[in-house]
Amino acid sequence: MYKYIVKRVLLMIPTLIGAAVLVFFILRLIPGDVCELRLAGSGLYADPAEIELCRTNLGLNDPIPVQFADFVWGFFILDLGDSMWTGKPITFEIGLRFQLSLQVAFMATFVAVLISIPLGTISAIKQDTWIDYVVRIFSIAGIAIPSFWLGIMIILGLLIATQKFLGTPWMPPIEYVSPLEDPLGNMAQLIWPSVATGYRYSAVATRMTRSALLEVLREDYIRTARAKGLLEKVIINRHALKNSLLPVVTVIGIEFAFLMGGLVVTEQVFNLNGLGKLFVESVLNNDYTMTQALVMIVVAVFVFTNFVVDLFYAWLDPRIRYG
Amino acid sequence: MAVVSGVPVEAGLEQIAPAKPWHAVAIDLTRRYPLGTGGAVIVVVMIVLAVFADVLSPYDPEENAFEFMLTPPGYQFWMGTDQFGRDILTRLVYGARTALFVGFSCAFIGAFTGLVLGVASAYFGGRFDLIFQRVMDVFMAFPLIIMALAVVSIFGTGTQNVIIAITIPFIPRCARVVRSSALAIREIPYVDAARACGFSDARIILRHMVPNVMAPFLIMISAFVGQAILLEASLSYLGLGVQEPTPAWGLMLQGGAEEYAESAPWVAIWPGIAISLAVFGFNLFGDALRDALDPKLRSQ
Amino acid sequence: MRRLYSKIAISAVVGAVLAIGGLGAAQAQKVKRGGVLNLVVGSKIPSYDGHVESTFGMIHPIRPFYSLLIRINPDNPQSPTDFVCDLCKGKVPTGTDGGKTYTFKIRTGVQFHDGTPLTAQDIVATYKKIIFPPKGIASSRKAFFKMVDSVSAPDDFTVVFKLKFPSGAFIPAVATPFNFVYSKKDLDTNGYTWHKKNINGTGAFRFVQHQPGSFVEGKAYERYHHIGKPYLDGFKAISAPKMALRLQAIRGDRASIEFRGFPPKARDDLVKALGDKITVQESDWNCVLLFTPNQKRKPFDDVRVRKALNLAVDRWGGSKYLSKIAIVKTVGGVVFPGHPLAATKAELVKLTGFGTDLKKNRAEARRLLKEAGVKEGFTFDFSNRGVDQPYKVVGTWLVGQWKKIGLVAKQRVQPSGPFYNTLRKTGDFDVSIDFNCQSVINPIADVTKFLGSSGSNYGHYDDPVLEKIYDRLLRAETESDQRKIMREYENRAINEMAHLGITLWWYKINPHRSYVKGWKIAPSHYLNQSLDQIWLDK
Repeated sequence: MYKYIVKRVLLMIPTLIGAAVLVFFILRLIPGDVCELRLAGSGLYADPAEIELCRTNLGLNDPIPVQFADFVWGFFILDLGDSMWTGKPITFEIGLRFQLSLQVAFMATFVAVLISIPLGTISAIKQDTWIDYVVRIFSIAGIAIPSFWLGIMIILGLLIATQKFLGTPWMPPIEYVSPLEDPLGNMAQLIWPSVATGYRYSAVATRMTRSALLEVLREDYIRTARAKGLLEKVIINRHALKNSLLPVVTVIGIEFAFLMGGLVVTEQVFNLNGLGKLFVESVLNNDYTMTQALVMIVVAVFVFTNFVVDLFYAWLDPRIRYG
Repeated sequence: MAVVSGVPVEAGLEQIAPAKPWHAVAIDLTRRYPLGTGGAVIVVVMIVLAVFADVLSPYDPEENAFEFMLTPPGYQFWMGTDQFGRDILTRLVYGARTALFVGFSCAFIGAFTGLVLGVASAYFGGRFDLIFQRVMDVFMAFPLIIMALAVVSIFGTGTQNVIIAITIPFIPRCARVVRSSALAIREIPYVDAARACGFSDARIILRHMVPNVMAPFLIMISAFVGQAILLEASLSYLGLGVQEPTPAWGLMLQGGAEEYAESAPWVAIWPGIAISLAVFGFNLFGDALRDALDPKLRSQ
Repeated sequence: MRRLYSKIAISAVVGAVLAIGGLGAAQAQKVKRGGVLNLVVGSKIPSYDGHVESTFGMIHPIRPFYSLLIRINPDNPQSPTDFVCDLCKGKVPTGTDGGKTYTFKIRTGVQFHDGTPLTAQDIVATYKKIIFPPKGIASSRKAFFKMVDSVSAPDDFTVVFKLKFPSGAFIPAVATPFNFVYSKKDLDTNGYTWHKKNINGTGAFRFVQHQPGSFVEGKAYERYHHIGKPYLDGFKAISAPKMALRLQAIRGDRASIEFRGFPPKARDDLVKALGDKITVQESDWNCVLLFTPNQKRKPFDDVRVRKALNLAVDRWGGSKYLSKIAIVKTVGGVVFPGHPLAATKAELVKLTGFGTDLKKNRAEARRLLKEAGVKEGFTFDFSNRGVDQPYKVVGTWLVGQWKKIGLVAKQRVQPSGPFYNTLRKTGDFDVSIDFNCQSVINPIADVTKFLGSSGSNYGHYDDPVLEKIYDRLLRAETESDQRKIMREYENRAINEMAHLGITLWWYKINPHRSYVKGWKIAPSHYLNQSLDQIWLDK
C-alpha cells in the first residue's frame, strides 16, 4: 500500500509541471497587453511611452526564460506574487474569492447528492417504468438547459413574482457576506446559484447511481439474497446501495474539483465574486501572474482530488493496489 | 417425423423465427426504448432542418431590416424578429445547421482522436502509457471554459476556431474512457494469439481492439454532441463564440437574452428552447443507446 | 413615458437657466440628510491612482475620496464651458499676461482625511507629478499639458501656472476628473507609487474598505470643505460586470443608480416595471464611434474608396433605428454635438456621407469604387471589439450598409485585449472600428485623434496639410476664429480626405431610482462623480 501511495504522489509532479509550462506559454501566445488594457482600455488616449513604462515595471519586457524562472521559483517558495492588473498580492485577491467558491461548491454538491441518490435509486429499481422515464427526463433537462439562461430566468422570475405577489420586486443580494457574519444574507445570495448548479450536476450523478445500482443488482450475490427470501427493500439498502456507491462517490468527487473555478458562467449570471469570474477577468485582462496562479491552483486541486479518490479506491478494492 | 412444440422440424428455420418487417421492428424498439426513440426523433428533425434550411426558411437569415425590428410573433414572422429585423424562425433553422456542424465536428473529431490515442495507450502500455496519462491529466485539469477562452483569444473567434476550442477538452475525456475499456480487452487471449501470429500492432489495434470499445465510444459521441452545442452557447454568452451575422443559437441567446428578456422575450425564448431540445434529444438518444448496447443494463 | 422625459427636459432647461443666471440650482424640496447610496459599477478597479488609470471603473468608486483644483459645475454639468472652483477660491481664473499666466487662489481650512492641512504646495506637488513626473513614474494625461511651462506656489494659498503659449485647451485639461489632488507629505514620505494602493484625499467621503471584486465602501467626511455637504452618510460601489445584472439590481433595489448608462430597451423595461419609482436622465455622450480604414493597405490608400465607404453609410436613418437598440444617437462631426465649436446641421450635410439623399450618395459611392477599380463583391477584413454596446451593434449595421454598395465586409470580432492588439500594435486589419472617448469636453484637444501624427491614430497616414490647420487651431484666440478653423479641419479630415469615418455619437441613458436626488447627468461617465451633491429622498 505504501509503495502505491508513493507511486501516486510521484505521478502528480509531472502533471503539475506540465500544467505550469502549458499555461505559461499559452498565456503569452494570447495577443493583448495588460498595460494597454489598463491605460487605454476605455478609449481614452494613452501615451505609448506610458504603456512601455508600465510593461517594464511589471517585468513584461524581461526575456522569456527570466519570466519563466520567476514564475516557477515563485510557485516553489509559495510566493505567488502580485496581480498585474491591480498590483495587489495574489494570495489576497484569491483568498476572498476562494471562500465563496468553496461554499458554493459544497452547497451545490450537497444539493446534487440530495437529488441524485434517491432519484437514481428509484430509477434503477423501477427500470423502464414511467417513473424511470420521468426521472430520466427530469435529470437530463438539468444538463440540457443552458445554465446562464436558467440563471437569468431565475432572477427575472424572482423579480416579477415578488412584484406581483408582494408589491415590491426582490432579488438576491449582489455582494457577498460571510456566513459567520450574516448567515441569512449569505444564504439569500448563494442558495439560488447552488440549487441551479446542484441540479445540473445531479444529472451526472443520477445516471451514475442508476447504472451502478443496475449493475450491482445483477450480481450473483444479490440473486442469492433474493433466493434466500430477503425483502427487496433490505437487499437494496443493506447490500446493493453500499456496493454501488463507489463509482458514484468517484463521480461526485471529481465533479467537486471542477466546481472550484469551473463555474464561470454561473458566477457571471449571479454576480458571484468567485474564482470563475476572477479567472475570466484575468485571462481577458492578460494578467499573466494571476492567471498562472489560478490555473496552478485549479490543477493542484484536481490532481489532489484524483489522488484522494484513487487512494479510496485502492483501500476498498485490494485488486487495484496490488495490480 | 418428430414434432417439437407443434412445429415440424423439417419445416425449416424460417417458420420458427419469421423475418420481421421493418415497421414492426421500429414499433418494437419504440416500445422498449420510448425515451431513446423520442430523442432520435428530435435529432432527425434537427438534421432535416439543417440540411433543407434554404428551402424551409421564409427569409434571409443575415439581412438587416430595421423597419421590422423586434416584431412580436405573428402572421408575418411566426416567431417574431430580433433587434436587427431578422426573422427568428429563419435564424433558428439556419442555426440548426451551425449547431449540428459544430456539434458533430467537435464530437467526431474529439472522439476519434481520443479513441485512437486511448486504444494505443492501452495497447502499448509501459512508459508511453504513463506519459500519455500525465499529458491527458494536464488537459483534463484545465477548466473547459478557460481552455476555450485561450484558444479563441489566440486564434480568434469564428466557427472554425470555436470547433478547435471545444474539441480540445473532449479528447482526453474520451481517451480516458476508451483506455479503461481497452485495458480490459488487452488481456483477452485472442490479442495474444494475434500477436503470436505476427500481426502488426496497427492491425491488431484497428481490427481487434477498436471494434470492441465501440459501445462506450458511441455513447460518448452522442453525449459530446449535446455538450458541444451547450459549450458553443456558453462561449457565445461570453462573447467568444461564433460571430455576427452568422446565425447560431448561442449567439442569438447572447444578443437577445439579457437586453430584451422582458420587452421582447421571444428573442431569447426560441433559441433557448432550441438548445435545450437539441441537447435533450442527443442525451436521450445516447442514454437509450447505452442501455441497448450494454448487456448488463438490459431489463430483466 | 414621453411625458416623463419632457418633464425632465423642461426641468433640466429651467435648472440650467437658473444656474447660468448665477442663482444656483434652487432645490424645490428640502434636502434630506442621511442614508447610504448603493451604486453598481461594471468595470474592475486596476489601481487607485487617478493620474495613472483611465477607466471609469476606477473613477466611480474612487473619485468621491478626492477633490480637484477646478471641476465642471455639478449643478450644470451639461455645459462644456461652465467650470467652478473645487479647491480654489472664487471664480475660475482667466488667463492674464496674454493668456499665458493663470493664478489660482486656494481655499483655507481644508484638511486631508488624515488631518494634514492643505496648502498650495500640495497642489503644486500634484501637478508636478502629473505634468513633469520623475523618470519611471507613469502619468497618463501628461500630453494634455504640453502647453504648461511651469507650476509654482508664490505663497501658501496661491498657485501660478505659466504657459508656453496661450491655449483654450488648458482650463478644460485642469478640470479633468483624473487630477486627484494628493498631499505633498504623502508623496515625499511614501513615494510616487503609494497612491496606487492607498487613499488619502480631501474628498467628501473617507475610504472605509475595498473588497476586491466585490465593493468599495466610503463614509461621509465630516470636515469636507464644501460646508453642509455631503448629504449622504456613505456610499457603496458594488462591482457587477454584466449589464443584465446591473439592471436587475436597480430594479430589485439592491442598487439605486448606475453611472455609465443603459441601452434604450433596458430603460424601457425599468420604466415599465417601476413607473414613477424610476427617473430617467439622458444626454449626448462625449464618445464617438468611428471606422478607420488602414491606409497602408490597398485599396484603402485611395481616397475614392474611403469616400465610398463613407457615402454608403446612412447616418440619419441609422440614428433613427440604432438609437432604439444601442447607446448611440446623434449625428455629428468631429466636435461634440451641441458645443459652440460643433457644426450645425446645415454645415454637416455638406460633408461626405452626411447628405440626406441616400440614393444619390450610394450611386456616387458605386461610381467612385468603379473608378478606383474595386470590383463588385470585394471582400475585406473588418475588425471589431467584442462588446455589445455599441460596438457589435453598430458593426453589424455597418456591414449591412456596405453591402448596399456591393462591398462584403467580413466582421472579425475579438475580445478587447486581442482587438487592441490588432488595432494598435500589429495594424493587421483592412478597416477597424475605432472610437474617440474623452472626459471633459475639450474639442481642441479631442480632435487630435484625426491627426496622422497623433499617438491614437491607427489609420497609418500622414497629412501635413491637416497638421498645419491644427497648429493654427491650437493657437487661435477667439472663439469665432476657433470655429472657422475647426470647420477647415473638419472639411479636410472628413470631407476631402475621408481619413476616418464618423458613424454616430454615443448617447447616455441613466435610469435611476427616483429617491436619488441631486445628481445631474453629465455628457461623460467620468464627469460629476464626486457624489457630494447627492441626497436620498427616503
